[in-house]
Amino acid sequence: MTEFLQHLVNGLSLGTIYALIALGYTMVYGVLKLINFAHGDVYMVGAFAGYYLGSVTGTDRAPGMVGAALVTLGAMAICGALGYLIERFAYRPLRNRARLTALITAIGVSFLLEYGFQLSPMIRSPVEFPPGPSPRFFPALLELGEPLTFLGVTVPRIDLLGLAVALVLMTGLQLIVYRTRFGMAMRAASFDPQVAGLMGIPVNRIISWTFVLGSALAAAAGIINASSRPKIEPLFGLMSGLKAFVAAVLGGIGSVPGAMVGGLVLGLTEEYVAGYTSSQYRDAIAFTVLILVLLVRPEGLFGRATVEKV
Amino acid sequence: MLRFPRALPLVVAALAVLACEKKKPEGAAAPAPAGAGAVATGDRILLGHVGSLTGSEATFGDSTDKGIQLAIEEVNAKGGVKGKPLALKTYDNQGKPEESAIAATRLVLQDRVAVLLGEVASTRSLAMAPIADANRVPMITPSSTNPRVTKENGKVRPYVFRVCFIDPFQGTVMAKFARDHLKISRVAVLRDVGNDYSMGLADFFLAKFKELGGTIVDDQSYKAGDQDFKAQLTNIKGKNPEAIYVPGYYTDVALIARQSRELGMKQPLMGGDGWDSARLYEIGGKALEGSYFSNHYSPEDPAPRIQDFVKRYKERFGAVPDSLAAQGYDAARIAADAMGRAKDLSGEAIRDALAATRDYPGVTGVISIDADHDAVKPAVVLEIKGNAGHYVATVQPDQPQAAK
Repeated sequence: MTEFLQHLVNGLSLGTIYALIALGYTMVYGVLKLINFAHGDVYMVGAFAGYYLGSVTGTDRAPGMVGAALVTLGAMAICGALGYLIERFAYRPLRNRARLTALITAIGVSFLLEYGFQLSPMIRSPVEFPPGPSPRFFPALLELGEPLTFLGVTVPRIDLLGLAVALVLMTGLQLIVYRTRFGMAMRAASFDPQVAGLMGIPVNRIISWTFVLGSALAAAAGIINASSRPKIEPLFGLMSGLKAFVAAVLGGIGSVPGAMVGGLVLGLTEEYVAGYTSSQYRDAIAFTVLILVLLVRPEGLFGRATVEKV
Repeated sequence: MLRFPRALPLVVAALAVLACEKKKPEGAAAPAPAGAGAVATGDRILLGHVGSLTGSEATFGDSTDKGIQLAIEEVNAKGGVKGKPLALKTYDNQGKPEESAIAATRLVLQDRVAVLLGEVASTRSLAMAPIADANRVPMITPSSTNPRVTKENGKVRPYVFRVCFIDPFQGTVMAKFARDHLKISRVAVLRDVGNDYSMGLADFFLAKFKELGGTIVDDQSYKAGDQDFKAQLTNIKGKNPEAIYVPGYYTDVALIARQSRELGMKQPLMGGDGWDSARLYEIGGKALEGSYFSNHYSPEDPAPRIQDFVKRYKERFGAVPDSLAAQGYDAARIAADAMGRAKDLSGEAIRDALAATRDYPGVTGVISIDADHDAVKPAVVLEIKGNAGHYVATVQPDQPQAAK
């Protein structure tokens, strides 16, 4: 029983990360019908932004709540800007081309970030950038003390905090999408960009902001993950990105609550499969889930089936 | 940015070499390709080193390279080999097997090195070994401990040597230490399934530990680069072992140690020479306190030969040499020694001289090369205290051919 609960805690911690990344996939897909494969790498950039900001502001040497919040917000701003740039210069020029063109461009952007970050440092001060392929240690931004223990189950405080931050961010996003004018415009653009444009909605600006929001969430995920598993390197966004994509499809791509549920379900599934069978199936299970969803319920848990007009 | 276009022709070259090798009826018996094997003429002898100067195990390549540099400088200060100074050419493989093959090919065919040094990781040495054999250039791996590096399918690779012990020995060292010294009987194993070195160590540890009357309560696995090990660790925790054997590389081990402590596990971890890096403590922090690992040498060993080396290395590089630096140093010194004894500088003559190395007083022990091209020498076990490995015991090989 203890073991079962411990797996539950571990799985939730993992699922939170997937959920936060999956939100970015789902939002971009919702408005553009584009699978932004560079999103996993934006997540990686978020962790590195946190690492650099931590060392510039000195939070890595003197951890504290204010410093941690500043670093997190700073990293979210940097990734938001990166998301904006990616959309503006890589995807917008191709918006009216075949969808495959944009998809391949997304893979190109992903490679650019992954391998760009693996180059040897060109700037030495104030930080070494690009970081190069060697893994770096992500410093603790907060002094949290010993993990909590209930019924023999250990819950690291950072995971609790991560879950709380993730829930706050997700609720905030849900409010933005369903309770604000911007959210309404976003949903309208998602429904039919052309008609939305005719109704006076600035579609380009809405799409830019969608990228900014999604990328900022990925940065938060990057920092939460790095605080709990403090090793970062330029390729670590690849697998997490792919799995978050699976989570988004599982939840129903285009659906915000779907991405959250999909992320948590995938995290738990992975953890239980790894825990009760063999950890070698850990990666396989994520993609098995993808295949099953596509076979059985292609619209996902929360998605709406759409009829493609030919 | 230049790396990619520059690498392309090399990929082609590497493929060509591999293709050539396949066509030959018998790798070693066929005539050497034109030019290869004939050693760099001119006024210096070139040694080639392939190492992971960047990537997940960057400190491995860096330390080894520094050890080699020190050895070469010392040999040159004494007049070099056969009156010629030695020179070193190092290529980075980013910790990737395919890059290692490319770098080795480049050193052999383009730079015409006399001896190839490298790699630390067995997987990467395995990528280089066929290239050394096919081109008849002797290769010495300073630290690859997997048996297959020097012996493929029961046949000794003619041109590949090593100056370290092999996994069967290293795995048994820890098993013996755990039973005899720590007096524990219940151990769980957590191994890296994608790594020849880790799998080998785990297998030999398992066999010896059971033979000595211990129980393996769990055998879990992970994949290098994983971020989350809690599923496996939670299972291991449920079986309540007295120690966990994790024969992986330092970046993964550091995270495993951290996550095991987060789960409230207090057992010591045990591992092999793949732990040996200052980065282990940077990422792992205090989580590794009280853990043990087997290694090739300890800078704390009071033997004058070792203390002398530690002093010279410190003067040159400002750091205490880890075991990989010491192994790199020994590999280069043994290469120089063999070239000095060889009748000329052809690949064959150097190989014969290398194979005849007996009782060479290296920093990492007295080294004799056996019939399988492996070094027979003792291992040390270190305990981690205050973020450094401290010498606990020396474990001798079963057949004490080259005991200290």
